[in-house]
Amino acid sequence: MSEEQTVTIEVDGRELKAQAGAMLIDVTDAAGINIPRFCYHKKLSVAANCRMCLVEVAKVPKPLPACATPVADGMKVYTRSPLALAAQKGTMEFLLINHPLDCPICDQGGECELQDVALGYGSDVSRYVEGKRVVKDKDIGPLVATDLTRCIHCTRCVRFGAEIAGVRELGATGRGEHMTIGTYIEKSVDSELSGNIIDVCPVGSLTSKPFRFQARAWELTQFDGIAPHDSVGSNIHLHVRRNEVMRVHPKENEAVNECWISDRDRFSYVGLQSDERLTAPMIKRKGGWTEVDWPEALDETARVLKQLHGDQVGALASPASTLEELHLLQALMAGLGSNHVETRLRQNDFRGKAPSFPWLGRPIAELETVDAALLIGSNVRKEQPLLGHRLRKAALEGAQISYINPFEIDLNYAADQMVDTPFGMLADVAGVAKALGATGGLIDSAKVDETHQAVADQLKQATKASILLGNIAAAHPDYAILCGLAEKIAQASGATLGFLPQAANSVGAQLLTGKGNNAAEMLANPCKSYVLVGLEPAYDFWNPAQASAALKAADSVIALTSFRSPSLEQTATVMLPMAAFTETSGTFVNAEGIWQSFSGIVRPAGEARPGWKILRVLGNLLDLPGFEQESSEEVLAEIRENLADKKPDNSLGDELPAQQLSQTSGLQRIGDVPIYAVDPLVRRSMPLQQTHDAIAAAVYINANEAGKAGLSEGDRVSVKQDGHQATLGIIIDSNIPDGAVRIPAGVAGSETLAGQFGQVTLEKA
Amino acid sequence: MANEVCLRNMDLDRPWLLEQYKSRGGYQMLTKILTEKTPPDTIIEEVKKSGLRGRGGAGFPTGLKWSFISRNAPGQKFVVCNSDEGEPGTFKDRDILRYNPHQLIEGMIIAGYAIGATLGYNYIRGEFWEPYERFEHALEEARAAGYLGENLLGSGFDFELHSHLGGGAYICGEETALLESIEGKKGQPRYKPPFPAHFGLYGRPTIINNTESLASIPVILEKGGEWFKDLGVENSGGSKLFSISGNINKPGVYEIPMGTPFAELLEMAGGMKDGRPCKAVIPGGSSAPVIPGDMMLDLTMDYDAIAKAGSMLGSGAVIVMDDSNCMVKILERMSYFYYEESCGQCTPCREGTGWLYRVVHRIENGQGRWEDLELLEDVTKKIAGRTICALGDAAAMPVQGMLKHFRDEFEYHIEHKRCMVGA
Repeated sequence: MSEEQTVTIEVDGRELKAQAGAMLIDVTDAAGINIPRFCYHKKLSVAANCRMCLVEVAKVPKPLPACATPVADGMKVYTRSPLALAAQKGTMEFLLINHPLDCPICDQGGECELQDVALGYGSDVSRYVEGKRVVKDKDIGPLVATDLTRCIHCTRCVRFGAEIAGVRELGATGRGEHMTIGTYIEKSVDSELSGNIIDVCPVGSLTSKPFRFQARAWELTQFDGIAPHDSVGSNIHLHVRRNEVMRVHPKENEAVNECWISDRDRFSYVGLQSDERLTAPMIKRKGGWTEVDWPEALDETARVLKQLHGDQVGALASPASTLEELHLLQALMAGLGSNHVETRLRQNDFRGKAPSFPWLGRPIAELETVDAALLIGSNVRKEQPLLGHRLRKAALEGAQISYINPFEIDLNYAADQMVDTPFGMLADVAGVAKALGATGGLIDSAKVDETHQAVADQLKQATKASILLGNIAAAHPDYAILCGLAEKIAQASGATLGFLPQAANSVGAQLLTGKGNNAAEMLANPCKSYVLVGLEPAYDFWNPAQASAALKAADSVIALTSFRSPSLEQTATVMLPMAAFTETSGTFVNAEGIWQSFSGIVRPAGEARPGWKILRVLGNLLDLPGFEQESSEEVLAEIRENLADKKPDNSLGDELPAQQLSQTSGLQRIGDVPIYAVDPLVRRSMPLQQTHDAIAAAVYINANEAGKAGLSEGDRVSVKQDGHQATLGIIIDSNIPDGAVRIPAGVAGSETLAGQFGQVTLEKA
Repeated sequence: MANEVCLRNMDLDRPWLLEQYKSRGGYQMLTKILTEKTPPDTIIEEVKKSGLRGRGGAGFPTGLKWSFISRNAPGQKFVVCNSDEGEPGTFKDRDILRYNPHQLIEGMIIAGYAIGATLGYNYIRGEFWEPYERFEHALEEARAAGYLGENLLGSGFDFELHSHLGGGAYICGEETALLESIEGKKGQPRYKPPFPAHFGLYGRPTIINNTESLASIPVILEKGGEWFKDLGVENSGGSKLFSISGNINKPGVYEIPMGTPFAELLEMAGGMKDGRPCKAVIPGGSSAPVIPGDMMLDLTMDYDAIAKAGSMLGSGAVIVMDDSNCMVKILERMSYFYYEESCGQCTPCREGTGWLYRVVHRIENGQGRWEDLELLEDVTKKIAGRTICALGDAAAMPVQGMLKHFRDEFEYHIEHKRCMVGA
């Protein structure tokens, strides 16, 4: 098949140009000619099993499926000839005979492909008088509800699992009429992309469990949005009824999220209705919280802030804060004489020069075309699921993907994984650098083994390669050294250095903040006063024990927050209810450096107000200049003006930063943040918290290390770290290297411990 | 004139043993080809000349199928033998496996040589345990004698052959479902094109032939394509195995030249049981439309004659029924078979076969309605020609045949709510 060859075909008398070998249905879709279909999906392999897209092709006696018929020059196609229509209507009749036709009680009713197509191709009376098939429903987890009696066996969900999610969790068992979709052995569907099967299912067989029976499709109003949980910035549709976000769907954007979204982006909305939403301003008085009205809360806040000057106040904001919020926060702090504004709350090593505009290093869509990639300290599949999906696509095309991580991660494609303790990782990264001929610092003393050499060769030989630093690397106590080594590898191999930014606006935040003391400094040398934006002290800091102590010691802590939480109530002095991502307008800069703005689509909960408005009013009350904006668009315009000349730039400076390693002995903690623990909203989405990926705090340790310490699965141990303590259960996990234990951060149970990395001791409780 | 090709060693004691096979000149053709390094094209030409058509049922010319493979394409190619033999009424390949396994092995090695494949699989029907063991034994003998493995007879040509026992699904007799099954997947037919010659087992060029077709190869090459062709008649070369069953005295497998009158075959099979009249014959396995007995007695057993009568020679499974049979009951049983065996992949077959069965079942049980006859015909038309594989057609044709020739029995059932036979 020659790719560039163009052929001319005729469809229903219309002449169309097409690429030779293209499938007929793609050509007609592009031309706006509608052919009914169920099993065809442009992102999935062709199954040709529903037989709904049968069309007549001249000189062919039988009708052919448009989804599986390649176009050829001179082909004449009739999509609505008597032969084609008879075939399409015939298929429709067959599909309906065993379909329950329970549309009035079906969640898909009103947005069902079968219903839609039946309107055009079905008959009003069924000739089928026999009993209909009934299939027992299966429980496949907290996210997707099944109603398999409605299944039309198109196998889109099966193909989605095999081809996109990369896990064969669903299959079609049984023959003929007895064929049914299921997991074979009863289990849940655990892919981080599993919710997409709800979208690909053309009928009401797979529906959203959190959404089902909550609303009808025609009651919903659709708004555009940007997903706030990772740096992909997936484009989403928010479906709203009576000021409530009822569900989230992907909005197609080929350059960003294609037509998919992660489960985290799809189901986090449930947390918006949490009982813990802060719905009115609150002030701590005599050790107790009192609800106050906005004027009082703002006056109180202004009064506190007015007493402060300069370095006495520091601002710590979630990296999922909007550009507008961060700009005004920065301006507010500047007005008070402080430049301490920080969003890198999960980083502890701030040595070395931070890049001016850290980004992925290449467009998101280009990630699937790399020939090789080395990921350092990244569980990309769970951290940025759709970037993981792009890398998987590259791997399936033959790209060599390698990982250097402190524990073995669960992957859905073949990749090299070098697993070593957090400090051993440095040796691996240095080894790869040395194999590429780089020199300096750790590299000179590094040992090169076969794997290092193989990875080095792959990177060097690749025409398009990426070195990517992930969330685990960013939290590494020697992050600066990892960055320096990664840059050396990139330079020596010709690969592109890139970052896998943690949060929705990590990249944007870097453009606006980080000029004063960093997060580590602000917490190590406590400020007199703090302003917190969108975070929970127990779960959103690299070192929650230290953070809580610093906040408790402060005279005042002003928290702009959407949620109440024990750790906030213990540390804050004022809580100002802030709008959630659906309730405010704002802008995120994603991993690729794309600025994506969104609008508030529902009224904020209770008395909550958009963060930018709260900050603006505070600016006014403090009589500071630069707070005259009437809308978030005006704020954005200012930001655009200030940052007009900023271009993505990952350069770190030529010198390797200080080579002093922070720690080299004892049992090392690996404190990664699980997929459903990344921010306050996700942590409050019950469906997500019920999945297998929502792991609890525990000590994950391999059998060898456990044996040495006399521990076995299920034991309770007292974990001590830096003078802090937690009591946790033991889980034996062969993915953890010797010399290390994985104790996840961001989850209840480990918040009393210190840094995400560091030495720990275990003692049987 | 009988037993000239696949059953030619039936008169020997334990003909499945290597020594017995060799005593009749077995493996000589292979030896000749390997020592003389016969050009593969010559072999393919000879097979084309023989007029051999696929014996599994579709009747596609074997030589032509082989010529679709580009012999010099790099990478592995495969020879696959279809011994799944699931078509109701068919039991001829079983006898080849049981009594003449070496001739099949020799045929497969020659096929591999002809298309440049070094690996073959014989997919044997799951229920064929005894034939499977016999074939496995023959493979061991052939390996020990140097006919399988590396560098066969010092020629530099390698060929290894494995058998694969199926799991009991009728659909796995469909060639692409069979390939899926060998690959360890659920047996579901692939959409064609691409055909196996280009995208076959594990995505590699593959020829897949019926047991009888492959077992005929050594004899065709030994005696010449012309000789084979002349055994039969125009457009139906050679002789063919017929597995004849039903209300006859000597059911069994008979190898006779193509074009032999059905009456002669019936006589070979001992004639009708108890001398009852021949009411109906299904000439080519259950998928072939039924032919009334008197009409059948005037036909010859070859592709064209049977096709002209509105049916198919198919796999050569001849099911003979006398006047004690109720055709509604017969159709009910056949429709139940297709309903159970539809793989469920594509809509018309998955839904249609169940519908057909249920309607016929109702009629048989005295709950038929007059509009059911039209409905049955309409449903078959909506299945036939619109499915991924031929199972849909196979389910539709028996219904169409029965309604064409024995409509009165269905009408009687509907009107009287009971059987016409014995009434």
